Amino acid sequence: MNADFTAEELAFEGEVQEFLSSEFPSEYRNKADANIRLSKDELVNWQKILYRKGWAAPDWPQEYGGTGWSATQKYIFATEMGLIGAPEPVPFGMKMVAPVIMAYGSDEQKQRFLPDILESNVWWCQGYSEPNAGSDLASLKMSAVRDGDDYIVNGSKTWNTLGQYADWIFCLVRTDNSVKKQEGISFLLIDMHSAGVSLKPIYLLDGYPEVNEIFFDEVRVPAKNLIGEENKGWTYAKLLLTHERTNISGVPRGKRRLRALKRIASDTDDGFGSNMMGNSMFKNKLAEAEIELQALEYVELRTLAALSVGKAPGPESSILKIVGTELAQKMDELFVELAAYNCLPFLPEQFEDGFQGNSVGPGTAASSALVYFNNRKLSIFGGSNEIQRNIISKAVLGL
Amino acid sequence: MDFSYTQEQKMLQESVQKFVQKSYDFDTRNKIMASERGYSEENWQLFAELGWLTVTFSEADGGLGGSAVDLILMMDEFGKAMLVEPFIPTTVLGGGLISALGSAQQKAEFIPQIMEGRLQLACAYAEPSSRYNPGSVATTAKVDGDSVTIDGIKIAVLNGSNANKLLVVARESGARTDREGISVFMVDADAPGVSIQAFTNIDGKMSAQVSFEAVEVTVAARLGVAGGAIGALETVIDRATVAVCAEATGALEAMLQKTVEYSKVRKQFGTPIGTFQALQHRMVDMFIECQMARSIIIRAAMKLDSGDDEIEKARVVSAAKSRLGKAIRKVSQEAIQIHGGIGMTAELDVGHLFKCVTALAMMFGNIDYHTARFAEL
Repeated sequence: MNADFTAEELAFEGEVQEFLSSEFPSEYRNKADANIRLSKDELVNWQKILYRKGWAAPDWPQEYGGTGWSATQKYIFATEMGLIGAPEPVPFGMKMVAPVIMAYGSDEQKQRFLPDILESNVWWCQGYSEPNAGSDLASLKMSAVRDGDDYIVNGSKTWNTLGQYADWIFCLVRTDNSVKKQEGISFLLIDMHSAGVSLKPIYLLDGYPEVNEIFFDEVRVPAKNLIGEENKGWTYAKLLLTHERTNISGVPRGKRRLRALKRIASDTDDGFGSNMMGNSMFKNKLAEAEIELQALEYVELRTLAALSVGKAPGPESSILKIVGTELAQKMDELFVELAAYNCLPFLPEQFEDGFQGNSVGPGTAASSALVYFNNRKLSIFGGSNEIQRNIISKAVLGL
Repeated sequence: MDFSYTQEQKMLQESVQKFVQKSYDFDTRNKIMASERGYSEENWQLFAELGWLTVTFSEADGGLGGSAVDLILMMDEFGKAMLVEPFIPTTVLGGGLISALGSAQQKAEFIPQIMEGRLQLACAYAEPSSRYNPGSVATTAKVDGDSVTIDGIKIAVLNGSNANKLLVVARESGARTDREGISVFMVDADAPGVSIQAFTNIDGKMSAQVSFEAVEVTVAARLGVAGGAIGALETVIDRATVAVCAEATGALEAMLQKTVEYSKVRKQFGTPIGTFQALQHRMVDMFIECQMARSIIIRAAMKLDSGDDEIEKARVVSAAKSRLGKAIRKVSQEAIQIHGGIGMTAELDVGHLFKCVTALAMMFGNIDYHTARFAEL
């Protein structure tokens, strides 16, 4: 048993580090350090930088423009990206719809959609949840009725992350009401610019409209945008959900945030003439977070080792989701603890790009509560942590 | 042993309940927050008419008696409705300091104005380096004959932008964390050298960062003896701490109630989610936390009204705030989780309750601060 990198892997690690330090724009890095969101243009620009290097899609097979990396190389790449604060690719195209198109799409669909995803020319969003279909996704109601060469689509989708930027949406739609709910679902790609599509921003607790509700009113969708067979969408969607749950542990990002916590703790007065790194209660909590991160990293490495000998990501990926999200939320609490009164002001605009006013509070302190609020989503989305526990209970423990 | 409210207390409670039910729904609160002052002056005048602004003052000062039990029963209702009017800064902190430290003349001048709703106050004590320790004061007050010059920066000044007068905690002598040498001065909010940067806090209440640059007052603006304010300051902050604990208790019970109701109507997998045992047990734990919170806050209020010594009173306050901090974390996080995505949105009140209690959890000291204070006192 060993967890060492080989000489080749170490060389690869060096190459990634060198690339990131020279090519990840320093202004993006500064923004990441300052908790300022990157704009759509900046995210796309960064993705195109990766594309030009040939590293846009580490998870894709080489035939579609993927890197052909081993599982360990992918891990190294994700780690270095996370440590430097480089954003992962917007997942909806690259990680969610693309694997479905590769597995179940027609050749024509592959030609039409995959190159633009790889090159980040088209922004995708996800149309799964509905107001009454969240954890119980299969009860979704948005309907698609065949009419000649088209489907007529009616209904709504909700919690569409960054749908305001999207050109295309992949949707689960109901195409048969007469069968068991999982069996009447189809997987349909819809142009967001189609007549009858409208979008309503949903403001979250941090004051940012990160998600949207999207309405479809008599939208005509060419039947050639159907993936695979009609009424097989649930099977395709399950594949996607497994992909959504890999790389969700957030270990590299956790390491970066732990470093930030230590730095901020050293710079934060405890009110008694010392700093928060000298406060044993706080220091112990930092240690607990670090220990949790170490265990989680090895859960991930063991999962990775299984993947690299050809096993598919199984229900174990639910562990990464549960522990990764709950640890991230614990760290959010620690940032709030450090910021103390400095995170009371509700000033989301201070963390918008181009803010010109007088900042309140030191560094990122005033964003700590905003991040704490926003990250409550982590244990809710991508299959809530309750659903993940159900999966382990059923599929692993056989209960 | 009797934990029931007196007839007068029941009447006070009913009066507050009637007001929040009739005049303080979620939409009304949003409108008040969006208004220029960030609170309703009309409501404030009503509070004065109803006598609520007299509750925290002793009978000798012309008030209702200053009972901590009266205070918590009001704050409890305020917390459920997420009231944003500046009750704590003006009456509990500002009024409390004048009452504890002021001369007979100062009390006679200001306390009636507070009770009649004509004076808004803010207590400027916290600083960028003080964290939760009121005894850490870097702001200086240099006395020269009759004149005093104040320099320093204050943060988390609740009601700072709406106050007529600021009660500024400043150091006349000693090093930053010395307990001796700290005084309180009443400074006009529009005095030259005072700059106020106003903002709304995460809980919807108005707050400010205030800087004092060569601000001139006279020694007559000082409350109490030179350099001897720390004891009174801590006692007043302790009372405000009990007030926010009660406010949080009310808010947590509202979150519990809303979560249980939601779990009975939200259906997934063909059944209300409240039928899932995994969620039932967690809501039971939320209920237990609410009961623990309510019990320790009642204990704190009763002890404050008793003849216990100051150290014992400080200990019960820290015990309450420490325990409340735990309850806040558990109940508020579970409330959002069980609501799911809808709990994350600004559209639903439960998310705003979450933001309110997050602020209350750190106000006047978080779990660690009060646990350590309890252990050391």
